[in-house]
Parts: sequence; C-alpha cells; structure tokens
Amino acid sequence: MKKKSTFKIFVSEIPNNLFAGFVVSLIALPLALGLALASGAPPISGVIAAIVGGTVVSLIGGSNVTITGPGNGLVVVILAAITTLGNGDMHQGFLYTLAAIVISGVLLIILGFLRMGSLGDFFPSSAIQGMLAAIGIGIFAKQIHVMFGNTAAKGSIIELLIKIPEGFINFITTTNSSMFYAGLVGFVSLLIMIFYSKIRNRYFQLIPAPMWIVVLSVGLYYYFDLFSTASYPIDKALLINLPDDILSNFAFPDFGKVYEISFLNAVIGITLIASIESLLSIKAVDKLDPLKRRSNINKDIKALGLATVISGFLGGLNVVTVIARSSVNVNNKGSNKSANFFHAAFLLAFILLFATELRKIPLPALAAILVFTGYKLASPENLVKVFRVGREQLIIFLITLLITISTSLITGILTGIFVTFIAHIIINKNARLFFKNALKPNVLMFKEDGKYYVSVQNFSSFLNYTKLKSKLNQIPEKEEVIVDFSLCDFVDHSVMENMNNYAQTFARKGGHFEVIGLDDSKSVSEHPFALRKLLHIKANSFQNVLTKRQKSIEKISTEMHWTYNAFSAQEMKELPTFGYFKKREISKVSNVLSNEDCSIFDVQFSEGELIAKQVIKATMLHIHPQKEVPDFTLDKEGLFEYILHFTGYKDINIEKHPDFNQRFYLAGKSEEKIRAFFTDELILFFESNQHYHISATENGILIFGNERLASVKEMKALAYFGMSLQKII
Amino acid sequence: MHKINKLLIGITFSPNLKANIFEAVRIANMFNASLVGVHVGEKNDKKISKLDALLKEADTLKKDFNVIWQEGKPVDVILQTCTNQNIDLLILGAVQKENLLKHYIGSIARKITRKAPCSVLLLIKPSVKRVKCKHIVVNGLEDEKTSKTIRTAVLVSNALNCKKLTIVEEIKQEELHVIVSDDKSLRRANINKERIKTREDLRIKNILKDIDCTNLTIKTQSIFGKRGYSIGHYAKVKRADLLVMNAPSKLGILDRIFPHDLEYILSELPTDVLIVK
Repeated sequence: MKKKSTFKIFVSEIPNNLFAGFVVSLIALPLALGLALASGAPPISGVIAAIVGGTVVSLIGGSNVTITGPGNGLVVVILAAITTLGNGDMHQGFLYTLAAIVISGVLLIILGFLRMGSLGDFFPSSAIQGMLAAIGIGIFAKQIHVMFGNTAAKGSIIELLIKIPEGFINFITTTNSSMFYAGLVGFVSLLIMIFYSKIRNRYFQLIPAPMWIVVLSVGLYYYFDLFSTASYPIDKALLINLPDDILSNFAFPDFGKVYEISFLNAVIGITLIASIESLLSIKAVDKLDPLKRRSNINKDIKALGLATVISGFLGGLNVVTVIARSSVNVNNKGSNKSANFFHAAFLLAFILLFATELRKIPLPALAAILVFTGYKLASPENLVKVFRVGREQLIIFLITLLITISTSLITGILTGIFVTFIAHIIINKNARLFFKNALKPNVLMFKEDGKYYVSVQNFSSFLNYTKLKSKLNQIPEKEEVIVDFSLCDFVDHSVMENMNNYAQTFARKGGHFEVIGLDDSKSVSEHPFALRKLLHIKANSFQNVLTKRQKSIEKISTEMHWTYNAFSAQEMKELPTFGYFKKREISKVSNVLSNEDCSIFDVQFSEGELIAKQVIKATMLHIHPQKEVPDFTLDKEGLFEYILHFTGYKDINIEKHPDFNQRFYLAGKSEEKIRAFFTDELILFFESNQHYHISATENGILIFGNERLASVKEMKALAYFGMSLQKII
Repeated sequence: MHKINKLLIGITFSPNLKANIFEAVRIANMFNASLVGVHVGEKNDKKISKLDALLKEADTLKKDFNVIWQEGKPVDVILQTCTNQNIDLLILGAVQKENLLKHYIGSIARKITRKAPCSVLLLIKPSVKRVKCKHIVVNGLEDEKTSKTIRTAVLVSNALNCKKLTIVEEIKQEELHVIVSDDKSLRRANINKERIKTREDLRIKNILKDIDCTNLTIKTQSIFGKRGYSIGHYAKVKRADLLVMNAPSKLGILDRIFPHDLEYILSELPTDVLIVK
C-alpha cells in the first residue's frame, strides 16, 4: 500500500524533475566543458563525467536532490596530475591521470564501505575554507589568461597571478585579431556572469547565465557564417575541440605509472578533494531540500566512487556532488533523484545532437565562466567572514591558502590542520589537555524526561568532533536536545559552526537544539561561531560576548517585558538565607532575568571544600511574594533529598488531598501556617503543573528544576510557572 | 557481599591521613564492622602516636580496630593482608585527578584495585566532616555479577541512609545492529533502541524483584554508548556521590593499552567508586 503511494508520488513529480533536470543540464554543459578544459583534459571528459555521474548516482546514490558531475575543486588537482604525470605530454598525462581517477574511485568505494565518507569532518573548517580559496585562486589565475585569448600562459599559480596585468595589456594592444575577438567574447561573457543576477527579467532568467554565453557565442559564429561578409575572426585553435565521432572515441586509462610516488600523490589528492567537496555539497544541499530528508552520505560516496571508476574507464573526469548545480536543481523544483538522471540524459542528447554547434564555442567564453567561479571561491568576502570569527582563524586560513598555492593541495591541507592544532594549544596554553584526551571518549548522551541530554567533557574540537557527531546523528530532528559544554575546557570554531548547523536543521524539522554551558567562557570575537575557552576565574571583569543562549534569553526578556542583565554583578542577598544554600557557597549570579517581583538567574555555587569541591551551575527562579509566606519546602516525593536541612520536620499531610500527599513531600516549621497557606486552588496548581523543587522563607520563594543550567525553553516554562504561582498566592 | 564485617584501610602518613581515617571510621560504623589498618613501612613511636591522636579525635568505633605494620611492596602487602584477614571491603584514598607528581600513589591504587580479592572502595574526597550521600549510581550491565552488585548497592544505600539509587544500563552501540545513515535507518535504530531499553528495564526489574528496597527510590536509565565510560560521565553529570561497579572479569596487558570498562573509571574517577567483587 505504502509502496504504491510513494511510487505514485514519484510518477506525479516526474514533470517537475524533468524540467529541473533540463535547466541543470543547460548549466552543466558549459561547466562540464569548461572544467575539463581548465583541468587540461579534453573537453568531452567533463561531459562524460556528468553523464555517468548523473546516471549512476541517481540510480544507486543515497541523496535526493543532489546533482553530480565534474567539480570545481578537482580542477587544480587534475591539472597538476596531468602535468606532472605527463612530463609535458598532455595527452599521455591525461591517460595516466585517468588511471589515477579510476583508483581514486575504488578508494572512495572502500571509504564508503568503511563508513569513512565523512573524511571532511577531520579537517578544521578554516583550513578547508583556506584550501577552497586556494583552489579558487588557482582556477582564476589560469583561466583569466585563457579568457583574454591567451591559451599559452604557463607557470605556477603565483607567476600566473603576476602576469595578469601583462596579459590584459597584451589583450588590448594585440595585433592578432583572432586573439582580440576571442578575448572580447571572453570579456563580454564575464560581464554576463557578473550582471546576470542583477537583471531581474523573468524571460531573461529562464536561461541560466552559462547557457546564455553558449547561445550567444554560437549565435555569433552563425552571424558571421550566414549574414556577415567577413569570415569568423576567431581561429579554430581557440574553439572547443570535440572528437568527430563522440560515441566511439573513448580515451582509455594507462596504468603504466601505478607504482610511482607522483601517481600515488595524484590518487590521494583526487580522493581527498572529491570526498571533501562531495561531503560539503551533500550537507549543504540537505539544508535546501524542501522535503527535509537526510542523505545517506556513505551510500552516496559509494555511488560516487563507482561512477568515478566507470567515468575513468570511459575517459571522463571523476564525479563529485556539486553545490551550484544542485541548488539550481532545487530552485527549479527538482524533488527526487530522477532530476539528476534527466540532467544526464539531456546532456547526452545535447552532445549527440548539437556537437557541430558546440564546436563553435570559443574557449575564452568558457574560461569566463570559470573565472567567475574561481573568484566566487576566493572572494575577499570570505576573508572578511573568516576574520570576523577571530584573528587566529584568519591566520589559519591564510597559511593554508598560501601553502596550498605555493606547494600542493595535500601539503596545504596538512599544514592547515597542523597550524590549527598549534593555534589551539597556544590559545589554551596547554598541550596536555589535547594529548591526554584526544583519543578518549568524551561524549555522553541519554534520554531523560523525553529530552535528549548530551554532555561533552575535556575539550571539543575538530580532533574529536566525530565522536560528538555520531551521537548527535542518532537523534531524530523532531526531538528536543540540550548539548552541555560546561564540562568542556575548550570548544573550537569547527564545532561551534557545526552546532549551529544542527540547530538550524532541528529548527527546520520542528525539533529544538540548544547549546548550554558556554556562558562563562571567553570568546575571541563577537562572532557566534568563534571558539570558546572556559575560564576558571571568578572575576567578572572581562567583557564577555553574549552566547547564543544569552541572546535568546535577551529576546524572551523583551517578549515578556522583563529586564535582562547578562553580567549582573549584583549580589543576591536573599539567596544565602534559603536552606538550600546553607552549606553551599555562592560564587556568582549571572544571566539575571527579572520583573518587579520575580527573577530567574543562573547561579554558580560550590559544594564541599578543597579537593571535594564541586562547582555547580544551576538555573533558579526567585519570587518576592506580596504577602507573607510560611517557611516550607515542597518536593516531588522521593525525588529530591534536600530535606536534610529540615531534619526533624515530617511530611505534612493536607486533608482531603490524598493524591497531593502521595505525590509531594511537604515540610516546614509551622504546620498550622502551612496548612492555612495551602489552599485548594494552590494544591490544584501544584498537581497540574510540572514538578519543581520549591523552598520558601520570609524572603521569598525559590524554585528550580534540575541542578543544572536550564535551556531557554525550560527557562520560559519556569518563568510562566512562577508568574502563575505568583497570581495564585 | 551480603554483609560487611571487616574493613581494611591502607595508612600512609600523607596530608590526607586524617580525612582517610575519619572516613574509614565512619564507614565502619555505618556497616557495624571492624576496621583493620595496614601500614607499609617501619613501625615507630612517632607514627603510632600520630595515629592514636587521630583516632581519639574521630568518632568512637563500635567494633575493634587494629593496625598491621609490615614492610615490603605496598601492592603485595595490602593484597596479602586482604586474603589473610578475610577482608570484605578495602578502602583506598585516591587523588581526584592524578597529576604527574602524584601518579605514583595512583598507580598503586590502580594495581591493587585490579588484583584485589575483595570489594574495593575508592574515595576521591575523603573528608573530616560527614558529607551526606544522596545519590548512588550502580551499573546494570548484562553480566552475571550485576545482580550481586545491585544487591550490594542497595545494602550500601541503606547503610548510608541514601534515598536515591539510579541503575544505569550501558548498552553497546553495536547491539543496535543498525547504523544510522539516513531517515529510514534512524527510525529503525530508534525502534530498536526502545525495544532494547524495555528489555533491559525488564531484566533489571527481575533482579530487583527479590531485593527489599522499600526505603529507596530506584530509577533506571539506559545509555547507549561506550561501556564503562558512559556510566562515569553520567555519574559526573548527575553529581552522584557513589558509583557502584562490577569487578572486571580479567584484565590483561592489552586492556590497559586499549582501556575499556573499569579502566576508564580508574583513569579519571568521577566520584567515589565501589567495585564489588
């Protein structure tokens, strides 16, 4: 029954997906050609990768709305592989690289089976950012020369960057008309890429920018061919080169260099980038999925691996999940795997039907698309974003970027990891924290009162993030989760960023995800993802940066018209008079949320002394009642054992309320007054609301739930409980 | 361990001595047991007088107290005394987080714990004044020893007048037989979790059936996670005053290199720990 209905849905969604697949293929075609050219491979190899990828991954993959094909990140690695393996002979180098691609596909399949698809989780996020920016610069540096009609520019990334002004002058002053016109097409194409999103015309937006470039440049050729008397000014060498018989001319991998170190390097580089790029894209696309499904990452990695192997044998590049094409898919209402399949089918149709037309596309037009992509990857905005998170993140980012540009990708990312680790040690001034605890389990998760509670101890950074992640992934996103970092000395930027991602996912799917225990930590910047180091100092002197929890409290305080002070230095004079605090030393009261008579606050206090000393943080509510209240404590029977302070007082039974007597433990000095105080209405109130520990003296009423910090939701509940109680009294 | 008749305490003349003695005397009185002290080292008047002074200051013992002075290797001497004297419970004062300097003491305590023929109580916070024990956490692993361990935990709770006992069932992640990778497997994993949880609760209920626990509030909590580790972290989060664990079956050298179960607890004591043999 259920099976049929899902099939019906699938069929009913086919028209939408067919259209989405069509639009995606319009972008995929120029991108596939361009990416292959930028990699130094024959243009057809990119299209092969997209066709094989779209077919294989849509059939056996684990994700829903992703689009697969050749990726940006791989351009730099594949170009490096082709050049080094070929020793100058690009064609032979390409055949060796195909072998590397096939083997990297096999590695991906193995990683998928080992459930290690999420390689990217082991890398700090700023290092990954730096690496992506470096890839962007790499693409940009090479392609900008091609865009100006100069396909001969060679050298390292830095040399190419330095040559840019020279290239521009060459383009303007050149006497070679073929080069000039080609460059002009490239320049106009770049303008189309830049201004496309600014032109808000419905009909213009029907065709994606890369396709406009293709259509216009092919149109230009036919203009010269059919209408103009002048012949087409762009030389054939600057036009795209597709094999004459596309179906029979497959390049076949050459496994001759399998035992060489440079080959191994290429394999590792390709696998690493393929895994990271796919993973980042899958995660990002999951956030876009209108049906809020969760992708099976390892299944997808296996499918990508298989697609890469097949593509490699057919002379195609490797297959990764790509974010830009996937977002176009989602935007055009692609809703299931069939969109990816249709995208492949349309590509195949294009390449078979329009091969002659495609051969008319000038290379600079495609290069312009890549220049734009490269700029996006390395845009200065990213730099600013990273800097906002913290100075140390910028250092990590820049070092990774520079090393990647000047050496190789693998060296770059390894340096990034190393620098991050050193930065963490310097910030903490403590290396033992990391060395001692890196391999130990540090996450506890249990379900209590319908809520998931996750506690993390020691430290939480990219080094041990997988441990936390594997626990969090087991929680359905419709549930309520509290992640407590109060036992953690250090939480890094990668983890903070991921926590924020989880919070978004949970919010999207109707759950609630909250991070607590960071309010006492010092942050390096005002950014919400900045790393946080827990301070063990009592002082309040430094200016804290509000955590997300504090900001939420601030928000509800305005909603409820209460006042909020995150760093109140105010002493709660009444607190020590409560029995509960007789043997506990209060060291700090913070996050005070109050109206005229009630205040909710986090209190930090210690139990015991010296080595037995335990620091405890809890959220409590204090009410100043208008009328006099007798001394009493009220607890759920048997749950709390704070009755110690009232030894000698018995459980007071209120007549006619056997249920109340059974469920609550009530004790106090003056039985008569208490009996008079507990009216029927009040008893009904206690019976029908959540159970808290309540203790009252002449100074007011103290109410709290668990002996830990409350989540914002719990604080709200506590506030309403307090207000209703106040009303009844 | 149905009744604790004889306690053994190791005496070192360290700054902790007073607290250790006070705590030992208190515990002995709670169980109505006799106390044996053992000192590894030479016997001299200074030490004797210091010990006597401390004993006078402490609560009066209900049963007898005698001290054994013996020289030798601490581990061997203490283990030997346990066997010779028919000790039921060995009390060791540990240091909460052993830093490098104090590791020596810690490693002895660990060695003794691993090899002791009787139950061992590791105190991380012996104190001169009495700190009331409010919450005891006990393991509910699927193990033949568990029934005995829970029985002991109830006995101890009654002796210490503790009202709250939590039985933690640590369930290995592998027992789920489902690896969460997408929505479907997640749903399956959660159904399995509920089933295992019900099964475990039933198992604990069966154990509790013939234990008298009228004065106690007993709660069960199932945790999916690394065995031995989760319970320690749980005890820390819940600020339990005592953690009761099964004695390990047999520990080889490999177990210390790849720590599991008890070794997690020993490497970082979350609270006082009682290991039931």
